[in-house]
Amino acid sequence: MSLSEEQVGQIAYLARLSLSSDELQSNTKDLNSILSLAEQLAQIDTDNITPMAHPLHMTQRLRKDKVTEEDQSESFQEIAPQTGKRHYLVPTVIE
Amino acid sequence: MSIHNKTIAQLSQGLKAGDFSSVELTQHYLDRINTSDLNAFITVTDELAMKQAQAADDKIAKGAGNILTGIPYAHKDIFCTNGVKTSAGSKMLDNFISPYDATVSHKLNQADLVMLGKANMDEFAMGSSNENSYFGDVKNPWNENKIPGGSSGGSAAAVAGRLAPFATGTDTGGSIRQPASLCGITGLKPTYGRVSRYGMIAYASSLDQAGPMTQTAHDAALVLNVMAGFDEKDSTSTERDVEDYTASLNDSIKGLTIGLPKEFFSEGLDDEVASQVMAAVKEFESMGATVKEVSLPNSAYAIPTYYIVAPCECSSNLSRLDGVRYGYRCDDPKDLEDLYLRSRSEGFGEEVKRRIMIGAYALSAGYYDAYYLKAQKTRHLISEDFKKAFKDVDVIMGPVSPTTAFDLGSVKDPVSMYLADIYTLSANLAGLPGMSIPAGFSQNLPVGLQLIGNYWSESKLLNIAHQFQQQTDWHTQTPEEKG
Repeated sequence: MSLSEEQVGQIAYLARLSLSSDELQSNTKDLNSILSLAEQLAQIDTDNITPMAHPLHMTQRLRKDKVTEEDQSESFQEIAPQTGKRHYLVPTVIE
Repeated sequence: MSIHNKTIAQLSQGLKAGDFSSVELTQHYLDRINTSDLNAFITVTDELAMKQAQAADDKIAKGAGNILTGIPYAHKDIFCTNGVKTSAGSKMLDNFISPYDATVSHKLNQADLVMLGKANMDEFAMGSSNENSYFGDVKNPWNENKIPGGSSGGSAAAVAGRLAPFATGTDTGGSIRQPASLCGITGLKPTYGRVSRYGMIAYASSLDQAGPMTQTAHDAALVLNVMAGFDEKDSTSTERDVEDYTASLNDSIKGLTIGLPKEFFSEGLDDEVASQVMAAVKEFESMGATVKEVSLPNSAYAIPTYYIVAPCECSSNLSRLDGVRYGYRCDDPKDLEDLYLRSRSEGFGEEVKRRIMIGAYALSAGYYDAYYLKAQKTRHLISEDFKKAFKDVDVIMGPVSPTTAFDLGSVKDPVSMYLADIYTLSANLAGLPGMSIPAGFSQNLPVGLQLIGNYWSESKLLNIAHQFQQQTDWHTQTPEEKG
């Protein structure tokens, strides 16, 4: 199975990337060769094998439900592209 | 011996004895960095370094401090450093001045170490040649037409080129061990969960692990003593006490059983690399170790497994970089979608985009089972192979990389580049600790020997490496200095 340029364009869009037509062409080629590498996995018998979620099979550690972070919004927002009234600003979404 | 050829252990003695101050030492390295053309650093933090060096000297004068007080180092630009640009080798974070310290950065500060600057790297740690950095290629100090390896290429070049006594690195699929091997230094990737990932910009969270890159195993033990430890800020950090990794360095390795996986010595391995690796194994035999063949039958599938698992995790991790809260934002976005699309397309480099797309595809509805789930199952099989092997042997040895450092610009298609990771990926997929130590040269380029240990066997690996370095001098050899 191989991906068409149209499908690669769609995948790019889902990942919020836009590709020029040259990039679309080269990425279609590269993605297809990477996926054909991945096809090798189909040769392996993995019936009754559990997927490995953590290298040490650890489960998620829980902690007490209390606030541990102090408010650092000011220093975090200092490096934002655009802010106003403690919000991150983006182009108008709703008119 | 030039001061920059000294190990951390030797520099530490010199500082305590008053042979030189940390300020002098730091200035010496900064001068070397400023005249170097390896492009090993993205940012040189000279002012901060001199301040830290002065503070270290004050401590030493009072008889306070620890063994690492006043030692300079290069910090991979993937670790957040409060008030200092942290770019991860990407245009996306070229303007990112981190508002906080990674746990590793914090620990190194607490140990009175002196940060010389932030080391160059492949963008978001994706690469095996350091040719994917927005800030330019790094050159191999042994031959400036060659790659240093990646992704911790700047770190490896800095240590090998004697621009820093040691560097930090991170290893997701070989990014400490492979550049260490290609640059002729010592690199250690600890067990997954040993070093905190907090503030270490995530590539593939279930594989990423930080470790030291040094001249010697002894130095690696000294640095790991500081880097390692449980951190409640990292939910995958393990609650396990930190050993003193220097404690067993001098233990005898008589009776050690070395496993050689037959799959690591098959097609694709360069003959001269193979013979250097076997010569190193012979050296271990002469030191009283025995050798046994083992099999890791599923290791052949490490490449497809890794190049599904890692891109899936990266596509998820890198979704937060959208031009809204920090990092690069495109000029004059016409609407929100345009802002996302152009910020990400202009901010990310080619290889990063490629992996994001592979991940987005492999995780999408209808393909998840065939790719991601399948890869996670194969990953389980790969780790079971190691479990079986470690019933019979104490350590696994083999090559780190199929060849020595190749020419800059010579590998153009992504799949050929991925094949270079064949021997390093399995340890990450299984979460095991691994090392690369200098084991010889082929046509004047370094060859590394890989050691893979069982979970939490960092002390054992360092002991084995240290004993080897007592018998050999590969690790003391340095590239020729330009007149």
